[in-house]
Amino acid sequence: MEHQAKAHLLEHRDDEASKLGMWLFIFTEILLFGGLFLVYAVYRSIYHTEFHEASLELNVVFGAVNTIVLLVSSMAIAMALTALQQNKIQLSRQLIWLTVFCAFIFLVNKYFEWGAKFEHEIYPGSELLMKLKHGHILYFGLYYAMTGLHALHVTVGMVILIVAERRIKAGKVHPEKYVFLENSALYWHLVDLIWIFLFPLLYLIT
Amino acid sequence: MSDNHHSASTHITPYRTLAIVLVVLLALTFLTIEITSFDLKAWNVALALLVACFKGYLVLSYFMHLKYENLLIKILVGMVILLFALIIVITYIDYLFR
Repeated sequence: MEHQAKAHLLEHRDDEASKLGMWLFIFTEILLFGGLFLVYAVYRSIYHTEFHEASLELNVVFGAVNTIVLLVSSMAIAMALTALQQNKIQLSRQLIWLTVFCAFIFLVNKYFEWGAKFEHEIYPGSELLMKLKHGHILYFGLYYAMTGLHALHVTVGMVILIVAERRIKAGKVHPEKYVFLENSALYWHLVDLIWIFLFPLLYLIT
Repeated sequence: MSDNHHSASTHITPYRTLAIVLVVLLALTFLTIEITSFDLKAWNVALALLVACFKGYLVLSYFMHLKYENLLIKILVGMVILLFALIIVITYIDYLFR
């Protein structure tokens, strides 16, 4: 035990501070998306009917499936941390891969959803969209900006989770030192948290 | 201090708790879809956002371990939520009374 304590001292680790840093980053992310939510809220109250008409174009099934996928992945990554803390390294790695797989499914789903919109010639700058009313253009602009920025976060989250899995495999992240996985999981939960608000706002409240 | 002095948090969330939270989150998702399929006018927005806030609370508390986090992080999260709420309220006051 004495030896371990010394090793820790030599490492200059401060897991509490690492986590605080991650939370501070999460706050900036919340305010980034918060700004977009604010723009959405204000334009929604100004162009009420247009937002209603435009939101009917969205397919609730795509949104609902992606919500389920993200919620399951969020639980999987939380369980991966529990598994690592309980020294079940194999299980932890499998759960991380499950999370990455869910992230991939989310992006595939998004690809088909956006693809269908593109086929109907609804995309930023399209001729059809430019002929629509001002409120419609704003709605689809916000739809692409918000889901696009979110999808970017999903992609980044996937990369971070794969890095975490590699580091567990290499023994750099282990049951005595798991703050990297903890912070990666926090980032993944943030992605889920944002979608929890995006889904009803864009797909459900018509 | 315990040997876990350097670990970020000593609390380990049981699998069972995480699974229950997921079931509740999924149930709330279907509830939101159901609620919004009826035309309740402005109530749709209020109910859907209320459910979303509760889902957010569950994710923050259990998945993100905020419930077992130290007071500093809890206060900071509270402040950020308050800041965002203020930004929304002030902007709306501006738009409504213009």
